[in-house]
Amino acid sequence: MRVNGDVRAIQLDTRTTLLDALREHLQLTGSKKGCDHGQCGACTVMVNGQRIYSCLTLAVMHDGDAITTIEGLGQPGNLHPMQAAFVRHDGYQCGYCTPGQICASVAALEEIKAGVPSHVTADLMAMPQVTAEELRERMSGNICRCGAYSNIVDAITEVAGRQA
Amino acid sequence: MRPFTYERARSPAEAATAVARQPDSKFIAGGTNLLDLMKLQIETPAHLIDVNGLGLDRIEATPEGGLRIGALVRNTSLAADERVRRDYGVLARALLAGASGQLRNKATTAGNLLQRTRCPYFYGTAQPCNKRQPGSGCAAIGGVTRQLGVIGTSEACIATHPSDMAVAMRALDAVVETIRADGTARRIPIAEFHRLPGETPHIETAMARDEFITAVTLPPPIGGRHVYRKVRDRASYAFALVSVAAVVQRDGTGRVALGGVAHKPWRVEAAEAELPRGAKQAMAAILDGAQPTHDNAFKVTLAERTLASVLAEARG
Ligand SMILES: Cc1cc2nc3c(=O)[nH]c(=O)nc-3n(C[C@H](O)[C@H](O)[C@H](O)COP(=O)(O)OP(=O)(O)OC[C@H]3O[C@@H](n4cnc5c(N)ncnc54)[C@H](O)[C@@H]3O)c2cc1C
Ligand code: SF4
Ligand code: FES
Ligand code: FES
Repeated sequence: MRVNGDVRAIQLDTRTTLLDALREHLQLTGSKKGCDHGQCGACTVMVNGQRIYSCLTLAVMHDGDAITTIEGLGQPGNLHPMQAAFVRHDGYQCGYCTPGQICASVAALEEIKAGVPSHVTADLMAMPQVTAEELRERMSGNICRCGAYSNIVDAITEVAGRQA
Repeated sequence: MRPFTYERARSPAEAATAVARQPDSKFIAGGTNLLDLMKLQIETPAHLIDVNGLGLDRIEATPEGGLRIGALVRNTSLAADERVRRDYGVLARALLAGASGQLRNKATTAGNLLQRTRCPYFYGTAQPCNKRQPGSGCAAIGGVTRQLGVIGTSEACIATHPSDMAVAMRALDAVVETIRADGTARRIPIAEFHRLPGETPHIETAMARDEFITAVTLPPPIGGRHVYRKVRDRASYAFALVSVAAVVQRDGTGRVALGGVAHKPWRVEAAEAELPRGAKQAMAAILDGAQPTHDNAFKVTLAERTLASVLAEARG
């Protein structure tokens, strides 16, 4: 696999999920294990640019894929704009859900740009817009036990505004 | 998870042959349902056949003017396809009402059709469940049944089929295309694809064990207003209590399929003649013979009111 730009060759038990491969074998512990059943979003990473839950996919199924984790988005001193916006807006309390929230939100903005509609998009034939309602719906696959939701929406809105 | 071996199939025929060769094997597509169930040891395949990368990820126009959706097309891509958004809005809406962005990016057309029930007792491996362990009994009957089925149920199982996508496909008269290890291909109308539980709730579809889904086709567009309305306990990222997929024409005629009420997407073509008379009459005909439990009788009322609201939206 290509993980955050580096080719990583690993031998794994077939049962290893992508999440466990990243955390236990590649020591990339930014992606978190919340539920391990696709119900919380803490394990969100990008595979070939698309956000997925890394707990519900096998590492062996990603031979040759490009994986981006929170570590690949940015590092202390060189933060991704979304990471910086989460800090500025207090988009977290305990921080456990945050890597997943940030990976999901970066990919969600790409989905809006690509014209992917959502459950709350009023007109399926129009380009979807970045509104608070759209962001809340598109980020519903990431649960925050601390309830930092409104600050998360503010952080994403700021980044979307700067991109536009 | 139980240990298993793994291979990548290179063609649909090879996938079907591989599954036929090894009795305990399963196909894996997006993996979002199968791996969840394998972690809980509800599914315990000894061999997985990865069917990603078979080139079945395209949506093509059919000579008849409909669409042929490859089995591996992701739910996100299907909902975002311009032809689907324009001509089959009820399908795009149903897909977007299901799961979350991350799951829709992985979930495939075939995997979505074949996802298993969300009955809490099916998941509770300490409980008897005829679907999980044939002949063990049904812990849901007499248990907590708020989410379970109200029509087409049996004494062996009262579970529902959880897919949103399949409900819209039922309203659109989709056809499931398959191939078997011996090379025979067939087309299964969606109405006959999912089964009622009867005495064998572990047999959920009309498919043979070595049958592989290659595509789902949609007939040419039928026009009309397309609405999918899903009622659930939270506004997003939750399964339906009741859902209504409807295509309503200007003259008030139309089609209606229900989710969250039965072991399969529930549609009664004969009852659709009542649609111009309104939701009350129509739903009484659609849910004629319903046998709800004390806990889920509310679904009958909820279905009628949801249809009323859908019809108002479609006419408005
Ligand atoms: C937290 C959560 C919430 C969800 N919410 C919703 C919701 O609101 N609405 C909804 O509709 N769904 C919901 N889902 C379910 C989701 O839609 C399914 O998990 C997904 O559609 C399954 O597709 P898949 O490709 O990942 O299937 P897989 O898990 O890969 O496979 C499922 C089954 O299909 C078989 N299979 C796959 N492809 C083929 C083929 N081509 N031919 C023959 N057999 C095949 C596999 O062997 C397996 O038995 C939710 C899931 C989760 C985890
Ligand atoms: S309703 Fe069906 S799935 Fe649920 S416990 Fe009974 S047999 Fe199992
Ligand atoms: S750990 Fe993957 S969704 Fe919760
Ligand atoms: S910041 Fe604590 S779970 Fe989200």
